[in-house]
Amino acid sequence: MVSEVLDDAVADRIMAVLATVPDPEIPAVSVTDLGIVRGVRCDPPVVTITPTYTGCPATLVIEASVRAALDEAGFADVGIKTVLSPPWTTDWISDEGREKLRAYGIAPPPKGAGSRSLRADSPAECPRCGSLHTQEVSRFGSTPCKALWRCLDCQEPFDRFKCH
Amino acid sequence: MAPSLPTIQPGDVANAEKARAGGSFDAGEAVEHHGALFDYLLRLGDDSLILGQRLTEWCGHAPALEIDLSLANIGLDLIGQASLFLNLAGEVEGKGRDGDRLAFHRDVLAFRNCLLVEQPNGDFAQTIARQFLFSTMQLSLFERLTGSSDHRIAEIAAKAVKEVRYHAELASDWVVRLGDGTEESRRRMVDGLDWFWRFVDEMFQSDEIEQSLTRAGIAVDRAELRQGFDATVGNVLRDATLPLPEYPRALTGGRIGHHGEHLGHLLATMQYLPRTYPDAVW
Ligand SMILES: [Zn+2]
Repeated sequence: MVSEVLDDAVADRIMAVLATVPDPEIPAVSVTDLGIVRGVRCDPPVVTITPTYTGCPATLVIEASVRAALDEAGFADVGIKTVLSPPWTTDWISDEGREKLRAYGIAPPPKGAGSRSLRADSPAECPRCGSLHTQEVSRFGSTPCKALWRCLDCQEPFDRFKCH
Repeated sequence: MAPSLPTIQPGDVANAEKARAGGSFDAGEAVEHHGALFDYLLRLGDDSLILGQRLTEWCGHAPALEIDLSLANIGLDLIGQASLFLNLAGEVEGKGRDGDRLAFHRDVLAFRNCLLVEQPNGDFAQTIARQFLFSTMQLSLFERLTGSSDHRIAEIAAKAVKEVRYHAELASDWVVRLGDGTEESRRRMVDGLDWFWRFVDEMFQSDEIEQSLTRAGIAVDRAELRQGFDATVGNVLRDATLPLPEYPRALTGGRIGHHGEHLGHLLATMQYLPRTYPDAVW
């Protein structure tokens, strides 16, 4: 089963390439951090990705960026397949991705909250001062994936990644 | 319309039906479902497309920035749904039309949306009334469609239902806020619900097309959604201290292409660019 070993190595290299592709709307995180990349298959070589929101305009940009990164790294023969199922959830955002979001000023979604709506949520933690004394301003924010919050301690507004 | 999403996984509905229903369909039935399925997907897609287009009219005009963002985001979600349903419709039809072709190069009589979604926005309370009634219906519809025997419909429903939950929450929050608000906001909310109530029955009507698909496990019997809808609406209106609207005679016809004059005007705006410059690209 030499080929499988080789395939694993190739898949790892492809994943390493994808880890350098930033999300077009939140460039601090990569498409792998967000859980948009669902897997790499080697026979035939194909990368599987899934959209975050059905109407998210970033979806096509993401596909184009992934294509460009693969071509650049010599993986021009690797296809891209978009799947809807299982539907993307914020639970797929990696721990590293959550930290990057926080550092970027966006409160990451609580883990395991993917199936709940925001209404039932506990207050978001202010990404600037860490306070839980925060308030939702608008359930819909600057992009489909974000809600608008404000911190009642440091007074700063901030984005919160919506539970999804 | 936003750039169309990639088409979802190809699959043959007749085979999916057979696989899931134990091969109980003959070829004749599969052919019959083929046409019905195309029509059903247009109904699902056109509801989302037309309401999404209506909501974009609020962009830059809403009473506050937050609500402007909300309505634009809901519109975007709906247009995303439309893209998925209409791309699938084109695939099922098999004549080379994709979602964009169906959205921008179809005439008004070929649209299958319900009358509710094509109505003008009116004031903010009317827009909220329409959204509340529609999203409450759509939430229960998509929850049930996640179990469709057509896996492609089930996948779209599972994807979209998470977004629709937000829409329904936002709209019901505003119904309460306006209904239980000032004298003026209450009057406008009552007027909005009264006006749109005449379009509610149509959302729960079924016909032979949907009944045949429901028997095949593909569609959902809309009449079965009514009880849950009435319960939710009743709860929200009670929180909003609002009376339940009454309207003696429902208006219908959208599902068979009998639309009001408003849809033609909406399409003229929406379709102008791709029809005038058919070669234009993003
Ligand atoms: Zn703070």
